[in-house]
Amino acid sequence: MKRPRPEPIQVVKQRRDAALNALLDSVPYIRFLNVSFDRRGDELTAQLNFNDKHIGNPFLPAIHGGVTAAFLEITATVSLNWSQIWGSIESGALDPEDMAKGILPRQPKTIDFSVDYLRSGLPRDAYARATISRAGRRYASVHVEAWQDHKDKLFAQATGHFLMPQEKAAKS
Amino acid sequence: MADKTDLARQFIQAIPHAKELGMVLEEIGDGTACISMPYDEKLIGDPQSGVIAGGAVSALMDTCCGAAVMCHPDAPGGTATIDLRIDYMRGATPGQSITTRATCHHITRSVAFVRAVASDDDTDRPVATAAGAFTVESGF
Repeated sequence: MKRPRPEPIQVVKQRRDAALNALLDSVPYIRFLNVSFDRRGDELTAQLNFNDKHIGNPFLPAIHGGVTAAFLEITATVSLNWSQIWGSIESGALDPEDMAKGILPRQPKTIDFSVDYLRSGLPRDAYARATISRAGRRYASVHVEAWQDHKDKLFAQATGHFLMPQEKAAKS
Repeated sequence: MADKTDLARQFIQAIPHAKELGMVLEEIGDGTACISMPYDEKLIGDPQSGVIAGGAVSALMDTCCGAAVMCHPDAPGGTATIDLRIDYMRGATPGQSITTRATCHHITRSVAFVRAVASDDDTDRPVATAAGAFTVESGF
């Protein structure tokens, strides 16, 4: 059996980036907080682009705990959603052009989210990555770590549980 | 006592991110705070349903819990979140504002314990609940 010829790099990158951008552009809150994502293959790193409006304690100053929580939750949901649809994007079952028009798979819903604040968030950009501890058919457990200057000095981490979108017409 | 509540009120109303989300401090005093946040399309987390993002509810919960700590009679000053857990019971109804009530139910020299409930117009069915631990700081 002959291995099929690999797709050209531009085709692969264009498809994956278009799908990711469609996913991100569809959520107003991601834009509002100014969170962007860096993609390496299927791995995502979220970036919170600092803005003075993210401040919670103007005296220190420090990033608002709610902004940190929101940033971690966005990282968790987008990473989980991304891992769920990756196969469909690669197989062509999901068309990035349709996604850009708003034809998107349903998102996982947050059941609970627990944040540990390890250091105060400094007034500068922050980064986060999510690890999907388990993604079952109904539930998923996701862990997120966030840092600013040093990757090994986390300023916050979180664990959340999510309800996976259920396929319609499962029984009829 | 009234001074402390005034100070806490001023602090909460000066938070840039709370202003950005349009939060309104409805009540504050004696370890309890109530803050509302109006519905805004820019806070939508699920474009298909128009439901507000969990993160925006987290920001509201965190602010309200902090306010409850600062206005507690035994709190000497400011506070920072140590941990906060939020349970999401249902999506908030699009178009309705979300109101959170937080209570600092126990405070020691170093830690304050807080619980909070958030609901929309249907106050019998909470949108989310929160439980957290906060630091007790001597200054702001």
